[in-house]
Amino acid sequence: MEKKIRVLVAKPGLDGHDRGAKIVARALRDAGMEVIYTGLHQTADMIVETAVQEDVDVIGLSLLSGAHMTLFRDVTKLLKEKGMGDVLVVGGGIIPKDDVPALKKAGIAGCFGPGTTCEEIVEFIKKNVKK
Amino acid sequence: MSNLASKVLKGDPMSIARLISLAENNSSELADEMRVIHKHSGKAYVVGVTGVMGSGKSTLICELARAYRKHGKKVGIVAIDPTSPFSGGALLGDRVRMTDLTMDEGVFIRSMGTRGMLGGLASAVYDAVEILDASGKDVVIIETVGVGQAEVDVVKIADTTLVVLVPGLGDSIQMIKAGIMEIADIFVVNKADRPGIEQITAELESLIDMSCIGKDRKIPVVKTTAKENKGVTELVDEIEKHGLYLKKTKVFEVQRRKRYEAELIEIIRKRLMNFIFDESTFKEKVESMIDQISRKELDPYTAADEILGKILK
Repeated sequence: MEKKIRVLVAKPGLDGHDRGAKIVARALRDAGMEVIYTGLHQTADMIVETAVQEDVDVIGLSLLSGAHMTLFRDVTKLLKEKGMGDVLVVGGGIIPKDDVPALKKAGIAGCFGPGTTCEEIVEFIKKNVKK
Repeated sequence: MSNLASKVLKGDPMSIARLISLAENNSSELADEMRVIHKHSGKAYVVGVTGVMGSGKSTLICELARAYRKHGKKVGIVAIDPTSPFSGGALLGDRVRMTDLTMDEGVFIRSMGTRGMLGGLASAVYDAVEILDASGKDVVIIETVGVGQAEVDVVKIADTTLVVLVPGLGDSIQMIKAGIMEIADIFVVNKADRPGIEQITAELESLIDMSCIGKDRKIPVVKTTAKENKGVTELVDEIEKHGLYLKKTKVFEVQRRKRYEAELIEIIRKRLMNFIFDESTFKEKVESMIDQISRKELDPYTAADEILGKILK
């Protein structure tokens, strides 16, 4: 049987805007992936603990509050500590272009801002996920 | 002993997760690990929770798990949601109602897609229950997909099956139909703060009066409002009572034997299907047969005989 890509779609931080996360979750589902959605207001610890239990290949972080520089990096740092550095982490939301290099350096493999199509995200995941 | 299984026995979350993935992917490494796991399983009490979509199963399970945690029990949860028959993808959203449990080390939650299984369960659920059991969980709770009327497979694996209903589902005719209404060990009427609660409770009671004539146990009805944690203590008590009843009447062993029967059949079914549909030479043959059937050059029964003949010879 073919292995399915398992993706955790998570909303770190305090903003309550999850429309984008839900649209992306649905697009990934339609691309044949198993998507686990956490719901709102997750801490980095909660996201990583969920990723452990669900044995995901990918984590998609959605954040619109502006706290991405802190919270995204907390997630990748914790993942490394847990020995889960091979999980592909991508982020979306309102992320200024100037922040992207630092995020990439911190292990956020892809950053998807406003205007990104769902196809781009699906393709990026399929191409970069470690199987 | 294999490395992964030995870590599972120590309760290591990452190893539990990996082994469940091996089960979901039907990996060739699975059988060796499960040989070890099987010897160490059988201690956990398994509660199945089923009911229509939106009846509050996930919220109820979250509250149940919290109640068990207060008693110092470790809890494993397998939450199943449907896999799309079109894309093969799935949106597994049960955890959204269980976030309070995420950071509790005594709780392990795994979401699962049905991946083509009918009956309300996922094929890997038998393995997942054994794995969580062997990892030291005292209670394993299975959440089925949101069911219609006929998805009743959860009874094959659960010690106690809860059927969750909500007010406003239908009249007394719905209550006497076959299927899901026959599998409850305990009826839970959730969202009890809603109008119609008295009517559904009365209809359930009359259904139970009819179906329990001559039996030594009457199916209880527990009213809950899971969101406000109301009725959950009563529910835990009723599950406990049912467990004691099963053990006293020796039905417990009969049910457990049935679980292993269902598990064995499922493993055989999976292996057979993989053999037919995944092995490349065979797959081509099957594909060409389907073409012939479409063109009326072959009928499905003859084709099935030919496929099975190749395996059984």
